[in-house]
Amino acid sequence: MNAAVLQDVQEAALQKIVVRHLDFHYGRFHALKNINLEIPEHRVTAFIGPSGCGKSTLLRTFNRMYALYPNQVAQGEILIDGENILAPGQDLNRLRAKVGMVFQKPTPFPMSIHDNIAFGVKLYEDLPARILEERVEWALRKAALWDEVKDKLKQSGTSLSGGQQQRLCIARGIAVKPEVLLLDEPASALDPISTGRIEELVHELKSDYTIVIVTHNMQQAARVSDYTAYMYLGELVEFGVTDEIFIKPMKKETEDYITGRFG
Amino acid sequence: MASEHLSKQYDTDLESLRSRVLQMGGLVEAQILTAIEGFTTGNRALLEQVFNNEPRVNGYEVSIDNDCSHVIVRRQPAATDLRLIMAVSKTVTDLERIGDEAEKIARMSQQIHERDRLQVQRFAEIRHVGNIAVQMLRQALDAFARLDAAQAAHVVREDVTIDDEFRSIVRQLITFMMEDPRTISSALEIVWIAKAIERIGDHSKNMAENVIYIVKGTDVRHTKFEDLEREAKS
Repeated sequence: MNAAVLQDVQEAALQKIVVRHLDFHYGRFHALKNINLEIPEHRVTAFIGPSGCGKSTLLRTFNRMYALYPNQVAQGEILIDGENILAPGQDLNRLRAKVGMVFQKPTPFPMSIHDNIAFGVKLYEDLPARILEERVEWALRKAALWDEVKDKLKQSGTSLSGGQQQRLCIARGIAVKPEVLLLDEPASALDPISTGRIEELVHELKSDYTIVIVTHNMQQAARVSDYTAYMYLGELVEFGVTDEIFIKPMKKETEDYITGRFG
Repeated sequence: MASEHLSKQYDTDLESLRSRVLQMGGLVEAQILTAIEGFTTGNRALLEQVFNNEPRVNGYEVSIDNDCSHVIVRRQPAATDLRLIMAVSKTVTDLERIGDEAEKIARMSQQIHERDRLQVQRFAEIRHVGNIAVQMLRQALDAFARLDAAQAAHVVREDVTIDDEFRSIVRQLITFMMEDPRTISSALEIVWIAKAIERIGDHSKNMAENVIYIVKGTDVRHTKFEDLEREAKS
C-alpha cells in the first residue's frame, strides 16, 4: 500500500457514520441486505455499483430522505456521532441540517441566487441581516461560485448554467453548516469542466465535512474518494481504501465490476 | 483473467499486447542462443544475424510501450488490467536489455575470434551458464503467458544458481590469469561474456517478479525470497 494512503488510514480513526445490520425495504422489495459499514470523518467515501445495487438507497438513509414515502422502511442502526438516527423520536429537520444532500440534477429553488442560499439558513437560524449576508457569501465562496455570481445575486438561480446550478446547490447545502454532505451523482449531468470543478470542490470541502458520494463513474470515484464501497444487489461486497480497491481488490466480484467484465 | 470484458475490443487489445510480448520474448531468446552459438563456433554469419536482429528487438519495445499508452488512455484500466499494463511496460524494458546483452556477447565473440588469440577456452562453461539463462527466460515468458505465480517464483530461485555459476567462472579465470599473465586480455573478454549472461538472469528474474505482481497484486521486488515464495503460493 502507498505509504501516504496507509498513514491516512491510520490517522482516520474517527468514524462519523457507523451502519450496523441495516436492512431496507421498498414495500416488499428488499433493497439493502444487512449492511455493515463505517464511514470515516473528514474523508470522501464513494459508493459504486451497477444500477439498482442500492447505493443511492443507502445514501438516502443517512438523512432519512426515504421517510417522505410511507412504504419505505429501514431497520437496523445508523449511528452518526454515536447517535442512532433510525431511533424513534429523531428530529428530522435537525438531522437534515446536519446531513446535507445534493442530487443528480441541479435543483435550484425558483428564487434569486441569494435567496437560494438564504432560504435554508433562515429555516434553521435567526441571524441578523449582516451575518446572513456574510453566510451567503461564505457559502458561495466555499462552493467556488462567488466570483461568477457576485454581481448578479438578485438574478434567478435557474438562469445559471448546469454546472453553476449544481455548485449553487452545494453552496445551499453547506450554508446551513452541516457535518456530512451526501452527493448523489452530483456531476453526472455536467460537462467535463463543470465536473472537474465539482471534483475539485469535493477535495477542498473534505477538510471540513464528511462526504459520501454516489457515482456511476468509476474513474470519478477513483479520483475524488479516499474510501470506496462496492455494492451489488443490495449487499455491500467490498469496502476499503480507494487505491487498494482499484489496484488490488480482494473480491472477484469487485474486480469484475471495476475492470468492466461479465460477472 | 478468467472472464471477458464487456468490451470485446478491450479483450482483443490486451490479448494482442500479451502475444506481442511473447513474440518479442521469442526473438530475444533466439538472439541469446545465436550469440552463444556464435561465440562457441566462431561462425560469423551467426554473429551478423544477432546484429541484424537487434533493431527489431528495439522496435518491439517502442511499439509495445506505445500500445500500453493507448490502452491506458482509452480504457483507464483498473485492478488486474492495470497491473498487466504496468508489468508489460516493465517487461519489455527487461527484454530489450536482454537483447542488448545478447548483442554484447556477439560483439565480444566477434572481437575474440577476429584476433584469433583465444588462449583461454571456456566454451563448455559459457554454454552451460548460457543454457541456464535461456531456460530462466523461457520459464519467465511461460509464467507470463499462463499467469503462473508459482512458476515465476521458481525462476526467481534459479537466479541464485546463475550467480553461483558466474562466480565459479570468474574464479577459474582468475586462476588462469595469475598463472599466465598472457591470458589476461582473453580471460577478461570471457568474463564480460559471462557477466552478460548473468545479467540476462537478472532481467529474467525481474520479469518473473512482474508476473507475481500481475497475479497477486503484490510488489515483490527487493523482498526476501521466502516472502516472495509465500506470496506467490498464497
